[in-house]
Amino acid sequence: MDYEFHWNIVFQNMPELLNGAFVTLHVSVLAMFLGVVIAILLAIAKMNDSKPFCYVATVWVEIARNTPALFQIYMAYFGLGAFGIHLSPYVAVLSALVFINAGYLTETFRGGFQSIPATQYSASKSLGMTSIQAYRYIILPQMLRRIYHPMTNQFVWSILMSSLGILVGMSELSGTTQRLQSLSFRTLEFFIVAAVMYFVITKLVLFTSSLLARRLFKGEI
Amino acid sequence: MNSLFTPLSWSDSGLILTGIWNTIIISVVAIVVGTVLGLIIGFARSESNKVVNALFGSVLDVLRSVPLIIQLILFSTFVGAMGSPLAPFVAGSIVLSLYTMAFMSEVFRGGFESVSPSMQTAARSLGMTKWQTIYHIRLPIGLRAVFPSWLGVSLSVIKDSALVSVIGYMELLRTSEQLISRTQQPLEILIGVGIFYFIISYPLSHYGRYVERKMAI
Repeated sequence: MDYEFHWNIVFQNMPELLNGAFVTLHVSVLAMFLGVVIAILLAIAKMNDSKPFCYVATVWVEIARNTPALFQIYMAYFGLGAFGIHLSPYVAVLSALVFINAGYLTETFRGGFQSIPATQYSASKSLGMTSIQAYRYIILPQMLRRIYHPMTNQFVWSILMSSLGILVGMSELSGTTQRLQSLSFRTLEFFIVAAVMYFVITKLVLFTSSLLARRLFKGEI
Repeated sequence: MNSLFTPLSWSDSGLILTGIWNTIIISVVAIVVGTVLGLIIGFARSESNKVVNALFGSVLDVLRSVPLIIQLILFSTFVGAMGSPLAPFVAGSIVLSLYTMAFMSEVFRGGFESVSPSMQTAARSLGMTKWQTIYHIRLPIGLRAVFPSWLGVSLSVIKDSALVSVIGYMELLRTSEQLISRTQQPLEILIGVGIFYFIISYPLSHYGRYVERKMAI
């Protein structure tokens, strides 16, 4: 072992690394939010009888599920160039993550919705509830419980996958790490710190989500 | 827009085929090694005491919560800094296999723990030894239940293998990068690459869902 660790340079650049971590976090939050919105629409489209919408949703879901995340990012960053659309690394990574999140969450939402027997809806209607009340008090609470863990997993996954921004020169945590290490040649130190940061972020998210689950579902999850 | 869908020359298809082959090879290695190690660790974790379990668990936790790309770069730089750099294929296989192992072991552990304890008690009461119980009861029942999730993890390994390109392994996505920089036709090449991943992944993932429905797990 003739490698000498020099941690000073890493600590000097800590603000920039933390800034990268912040970008990582907010690109994943944004990707998750937009992904959820689109996934709800896609899930509705998939459960709908109208063929064209169902078809679009199916194609979206299958492409998102069956191709690598890096492929999606390259597609957004290099591929769209053929149509004269040049995205910045941030937007390219964001749109790829949104695309994949929406694809995976569609199936989650659809599965969660279909796992609730349709008879419950009729039962609540027969008790005199309006359909909004039936959804608000009967269907959605049960559905939320079932999709909560898959959604948390998807969020963690999108935090980890945003690290692919390193390959298109995005300045999130791994991209910042890459840039800093190429300036200083302290590859090991920088990447060890980045790994620790990813670990901490992931654990924090999981911890927060289990706290939230306890508050929301009172241990019935 | 004029150059859209101009055919590539035939000499390029050789490069693409190499990439496809390399992607398949490294994925198969990672899936096989990851499955074997994951099976052992998953089984050990469902059997052993709390301390060993927590120790194993925290290592696996790190493997699962640090992005693969960071692990790849860290590992290959670390080995390089130790003085004897590994070939990209070797380094990539090691990291990808360990990463796969982390997910596989959870899958198998879940499977083993899903076998109800009363079934094992019943087997013991019939006079089976501990190993007979494991071999005839836990393994067959546990393994059957995890097949769809095993397939899911394997498929994501094939997709994740695209990342091994960062340490210089010539898998499909990296060969396509080279072709893109030479031909300046990113869209056609990327669509081709996407189709390759799709035709591997799509039938298998649907087969997994079919099995899941069929077995009503």
